Amino acid sequence: MAMNSTGRPTAPAQPLDPGADLQTFSGSRGLAQVEPLLHKVGSPEKCGVDLADVPNHTARLGNLKRQNPVDLPGLSEPEAMRHYVRLSQRNYAIDLGLYPLGSCTMKHNPRLNEKLARLPGFADVHPLQPQSTVQGALALMDELSHWLMAITGMDAVALSPKAGAHGEWCGMMCIRAAIEERGELGKRRRVLVPQSAHGTNPATAAACGFDIDELPADATGRVDMEVLRRKIGPDVAAIMLTNPNTCGLFERDIREIADLVHEAGGYFYCDGANLNAIMGKTRVRDLGVDAMHINLHKTFSTPHGGGGPGAGPVVLSKRLRNYAPVPYLVRDGQSLALVEDEAQSEAKPFGRMSAFHGQMGMFVRALAYMMSHGSDGLRRVSEDAVLNANYLLARLSDEMSPAYPGVCMHEALFDDDFLKDTGVTTLDFAKAMIDEGYHPMTMYFPLVVHGAMLIEPTETESKESLDRFADTLLALAKAAKSGAAARFTEAPLLAPLRRLDETRAARSPVLRWQET
Amino acid sequence: MRYLPLNEDDRAAMLDRIGVSGIDALFADIPQEARLDGLIDGLPTHASEMDVERHFTALSKQSLSAGDVPFFCGGGAYRHFVPASVDHLIQRSEFLTAYTPYQPEIAQGTLQTLFEFQTQVAQITGMGVANASMYDGSTATAEAVRMAARITRRHKCILAPGLHPHYSKTVCTAVEGETVHIQAMDPAMGEDRTIAQELDDDTACIVVQNPNVFGELVDLAPLADAAHAVGALLIAVTTEVVSLGLIQNPGEMGADIVAAEGQSIGNGLSFGGPYVGLLACRDDRKFIRQAPGRFAGQTVDATGKTGYVLTLSTREKHIRREKATSNICTNSGLCTLAFTIHLSLLGACGFAKLAELNHARACVLADRLDALSGVEVLNTSFFNEFTVRLNGDAAKIVETLAKKDVLGGIPAARLFGGGPFDDLLLISVTETNTDDDFDALVTALQEAL
Amino acid sequence: MSKLYFTEDHEWLNVDGDTAIVGISTYAAGQLGDVVFIELPDTSKTVAKGDDIAVVESVKSASEIYAPVSGTITAANDALEDAPETVNDDAQGAGWFFKMTITDTSQLEGLMDEAAYAEFTKE
Repeated sequence: MAMNSTGRPTAPAQPLDPGADLQTFSGSRGLAQVEPLLHKVGSPEKCGVDLADVPNHTARLGNLKRQNPVDLPGLSEPEAMRHYVRLSQRNYAIDLGLYPLGSCTMKHNPRLNEKLARLPGFADVHPLQPQSTVQGALALMDELSHWLMAITGMDAVALSPKAGAHGEWCGMMCIRAAIEERGELGKRRRVLVPQSAHGTNPATAAACGFDIDELPADATGRVDMEVLRRKIGPDVAAIMLTNPNTCGLFERDIREIADLVHEAGGYFYCDGANLNAIMGKTRVRDLGVDAMHINLHKTFSTPHGGGGPGAGPVVLSKRLRNYAPVPYLVRDGQSLALVEDEAQSEAKPFGRMSAFHGQMGMFVRALAYMMSHGSDGLRRVSEDAVLNANYLLARLSDEMSPAYPGVCMHEALFDDDFLKDTGVTTLDFAKAMIDEGYHPMTMYFPLVVHGAMLIEPTETESKESLDRFADTLLALAKAAKSGAAARFTEAPLLAPLRRLDETRAARSPVLRWQET
Repeated sequence: MRYLPLNEDDRAAMLDRIGVSGIDALFADIPQEARLDGLIDGLPTHASEMDVERHFTALSKQSLSAGDVPFFCGGGAYRHFVPASVDHLIQRSEFLTAYTPYQPEIAQGTLQTLFEFQTQVAQITGMGVANASMYDGSTATAEAVRMAARITRRHKCILAPGLHPHYSKTVCTAVEGETVHIQAMDPAMGEDRTIAQELDDDTACIVVQNPNVFGELVDLAPLADAAHAVGALLIAVTTEVVSLGLIQNPGEMGADIVAAEGQSIGNGLSFGGPYVGLLACRDDRKFIRQAPGRFAGQTVDATGKTGYVLTLSTREKHIRREKATSNICTNSGLCTLAFTIHLSLLGACGFAKLAELNHARACVLADRLDALSGVEVLNTSFFNEFTVRLNGDAAKIVETLAKKDVLGGIPAARLFGGGPFDDLLLISVTETNTDDDFDALVTALQEAL
Repeated sequence: MSKLYFTEDHEWLNVDGDTAIVGISTYAAGQLGDVVFIELPDTSKTVAKGDDIAVVESVKSASEIYAPVSGTITAANDALEDAPETVNDDAQGAGWFFKMTITDTSQLEGLMDEAAYAEFTKE
């Protein structure tokens, strides 16, 4: 036989011990590549784009031609690919694993939606082209409106708000306009906001010029009705209520809340951040809502993209539809048109939210998501989201402490009671999850629960995935209770970085790179 | 349903573990009279991937897309060429499907790119610092005005005659609930310098767009001096950031805050959104404290390694609630990333050359149009967009051109309403316009006039 | 002879005649965690008891500082702007916030002395 003596060994050598402590010369560790800042790897003369020659011309820059060269780092295309791919690998993502951030709704983002958003009739049309040339884009907006109104039962929709908080502001400005038209803006000053509300709610009401009056939660995590009855009065402009609320609970008394506010002459603003738990199971119109924003990036799965862009259309009741901002869509015989100017409007728009018509790219993705599911699928989405959350609630309750008794909606809320006297805080527990390969849940929110941990699995997790997650959290909880505090207080040990010094970042802010 | 992993066995087992008899037990808190027992009225049931794609493709074809025709629309949104690598990179799962980087140990990808973005924005605007982006240029402008009012503790804001009217309206709407008073000057071309006459000791800021909505370039330096002389701030607005590669940047001209639309870099037209607002300001603690939105900041981890975190968050709504600087929560994450990648592919040389190319091609077209009878170029200076007076109603002419498959620009009346603007047309030229496009526009205009 | 008072909002006042030096208590500074920023009141500003006139921020919290009594601000501790950590290091000394003249010294009557405050923070 012919022997090949130049081959390489094919079985591993005995492992170096302790391999984990090996310090590398490059700083990278296997697939975990180190990547410096763009401003250290790039240089001004490098370019990854080929540009045509500049034609002869007589410049018309007045005296404003730039005198100093621009200072910017550049990269060739291969260098840019490597820089950003390496950076991407330092991120957690839904496509990597369960992302249980309560109230953020991190569900699967279908790639069909990405593909469709890039069709030229949506992606490559200008907001101010003649309207006769964008009928397809307008038809898409019209279809989206139809779906949103059908799901919520509401009478109109304002599409232009660019994110949830922008939508809140839109809805509250409609309410403000309605109150102003009644001549009551001077006396209706108060907006009731539950203490459990997301911080954007009071910030929005304040931005509209209202005074905030907080509502405490009762022992079941819902609005304290006795306090509400006491606080309601002729000076109340609105209540801003999230439903299901930020504790993951349905506000059982919602109809009575709506009636109380309406009888007092105020409006019911619903924060629709958690619509994903109830669509197809109830319509917000039937709950007495006057205005509600819908986070397309939560309920309808447009990608979060590391913090945006979002989209926050607002559905409105008959009482408020007249005040929707420009631009808005109208049907004119066979064709669709945008009313862009308040002067042309037959209604009473409160103003304009932004330069153009809203987040078209998000509209396409959201509509594709809705049509894929259909009326049967959307109902199933709510059911599975709630089922998944309750399954985790049931399983995790073996070792962790639920904040409230009973079932939940789409997210399960725990407090830090189970960590009492362990020396482990909610933060430590969350950071230990990172070592286990999970993104932490939402922590310390809502504020009404001590050391809150809010877990939202969404409907796109399989039972197997939920079981693995539950097994891991139960094991962590047991470890914390059995005195293994060090693996928590030091965590994460296995992430690209250890805990970061936020005090230093805030005391002496370094907000940009500068040549030293 | 392809996006839902549970099957009936899973569901039954899970309900059993929860200890309820059926799924409706989990929805028992919904008031009886508000429960929806059947399916939602008026909607079809689920559809396959292929069917959904077919529907959207048909809708897409009902619009005339910019890439298919000679195209000259600007007015705050510009069609530039975006390299294929940009779109590929922003679709990487780790960027696309990540949340806001609240857990910095496993979000350094997003955080470092935000830090790079902030640095690039500061560099091209000539400002000390920049935030991690706003929704778009118009909302950035509105936030800049509110910021200036907080910094100066004054109440009046003057909007220049050359500010994009949609920006102007956005600002007016944004401060409705506040004690800020907006004085919006009547739109006019070449009148921006008169803004200095309106300053007084309650003026928080003046807002000046450059290039302005008519495309005319504005020397901000004397306006900055005039504003500073009475203790007011200059907010410089830019809707076409590519211009910063060729003209003096707002920092050099004395701006205190810059609000800009960053769509031109890395982001398509997308019928108006999503875009990416830029907000930059002086590197002054007083300014930074009052700035809206998020900041990424550099720090170290427990072992001394450099890393990045979201910082100065006490300004934000999570903590300040009703006392927050702004109610904004989301930024434009992925659009920010596209901006950063495209700008890093350009680099200083590419950015400057791209700007010069835009200007040069605009000059070529302006000269050709000016030679036509019935067309007069009104600008004395411009970057890549200019205003022409037509011998006729610009909106009607644009419709006529559209029927010939030429998207010839934006009638000024679309932005300003009718009246004195009926015969004005805004024409924008970028590196994407070919000589053939110019020929088509010239021919079509000659026929229409 | 100066006298030290505390409020239920965890502020201290070192009163001498009709002038007071005001800061936050060592206990409060410990509760806040690492202080990163302080917004001080303008000097010569007239304030009423209970007005929010300053802000102290740690990484994750922002707290209002209220005027403990009515009066006029006469000085602010500008050194804190560059060294906010002083509040953690020496809350009841070098970490003072502002000085004020008191309009009505009878407003001091409802405040706690050091022993009472120690008892108050035990609860």
